[in-house]
Amino acid sequence: MSYPPNYRYTREHEWIRLENDTAAVGITDHAQEQLGDIVYLELPKVGDRFSATQPLGMVESVKAVSEIYSPVTCEIVDVNAELVAHPELLNQDPHGAAWLVKVRLADRAELDGLLSAEQYEAYIAEEAVKSDK
Amino acid sequence: MVAFGGWEMPVEYSGIVAEHMAVRTHAGLFDVSHMGEIEVRGHEALRLVQYVTSNDAARLSTGQAQYSGLMYPQGTLVDDLLVHKMADGHYLLVVNASNQDRDFAWIREHNRFDCEVRNAGDAYTQLAVQGPRAPAILQKLTETDLSVIRYYWFTHGRVDGVECLIARTGYTGEDGFEIYFAPGESERLWNRLLEAGREDGLIPCGLGARNTLRLEAAMALYGHEIDETHTPLEANLGWICKLEKGDFLGREALARQKQEGVRRRLAGFEMTGRGIARDGYPVYVNGNEAGYVTSGSPAPFLKKNIGLAYLPAEFCQAGRELEIGIRKQRVAARLVETPFYKRQHKS
Repeated sequence: MSYPPNYRYTREHEWIRLENDTAAVGITDHAQEQLGDIVYLELPKVGDRFSATQPLGMVESVKAVSEIYSPVTCEIVDVNAELVAHPELLNQDPHGAAWLVKVRLADRAELDGLLSAEQYEAYIAEEAVKSDK
Repeated sequence: MVAFGGWEMPVEYSGIVAEHMAVRTHAGLFDVSHMGEIEVRGHEALRLVQYVTSNDAARLSTGQAQYSGLMYPQGTLVDDLLVHKMADGHYLLVVNASNQDRDFAWIREHNRFDCEVRNAGDAYTQLAVQGPRAPAILQKLTETDLSVIRYYWFTHGRVDGVECLIARTGYTGEDGFEIYFAPGESERLWNRLLEAGREDGLIPCGLGARNTLRLEAAMALYGHEIDETHTPLEANLGWICKLEKGDFLGREALARQKQEGVRRRLAGFEMTGRGIARDGYPVYVNGNEAGYVTSGSPAPFLKKNIGLAYLPAEFCQAGRELEIGIRKQRVAARLVETPFYKRQHKS
């Protein structure tokens, strides 16, 4: 799967996509692939506030539990309830329908500190080489 | 998201859920060549096996296998293992990969009998074909009549021309076979089995599905339900403790525990609230921390979240309400009978 060029990415495998004055946050295709069958999600409530890199939720597959970190300082404005009911959608459409939350950013300039699609792809390729050694 | 913690291939091929379901409904092929093998041979081989293990190997006929415990004097487990009687004076022990060297050293250290102990891990590789279609699939590649091999018996035969020990054993709660043979042929046999089983729905399965399958069947995993701090009596493995068979390592400790009463026990639970119990999570009874989860996971066939936990024996009745500490919350669960899953079709 390709990584949309208009998204920003974290080294912890989240993505963020600007939509007018808010942004959608999700986990990457690489993340869902590493986790395997995703069966459970814990997401924050509308109105919750997070600083960048603070955990905002959990995703669990059959084999593992992982924290989801907020890519930016933000307030939650929407939660994907459909996804909480059907976490397996994360395995099918991680960059699209399976967004996790929508947020209002405190400071758009924080996006500049995140990875571009190209940088993220290079990062996961590098990680793969490391884990092969 | 952070690192995906300590898993090594082959954890999964097509996905744990798909692999798990294939084994329950059709068949799965597991590469379990990492399992360790130890051979005990000689005039007094039986005496050594009897002395270091808890089950009664004297009851085995040639061609028969049994589940057993490799014991410490304090009644806890060095490892769990399968004991195969190859012939009079010849036993093949199949042990956990990570314990193999320790097991071998332990058995040899207690060998004051007229027999030889050999670490034979390099002489064998192991593949497991598990699931209701397993007999039909394996039968395509062998002239040995598999229908006459009963559960926990084995025979020698050729599978696609390769000399094998063919045992009707497994770690999935399904019918199936574990085959042992010289390592050189493992890749070819793996591919041949997949080919032969394709039309029956056989797919390759990894360690992830192996774990969820054994958990649904409530089979113990060393390092989780059993270890050097728990006895088989506590782990609901009283059936492998044959105290009347004669002296063996741990016998006195087990006899004492049996007499005094087992104070903590392994019990099975299912989540009734929303959440997945995982290994090590605390368990609360009546609001107080009372034990911990040894294995917890979604159960793909049962479509529930299940687990095993050590608890004070007085709490271990099916139906008892519990709470599992999942991160910052306590989530409702209930004790249930084990195994969680029991197969309908008989081998």
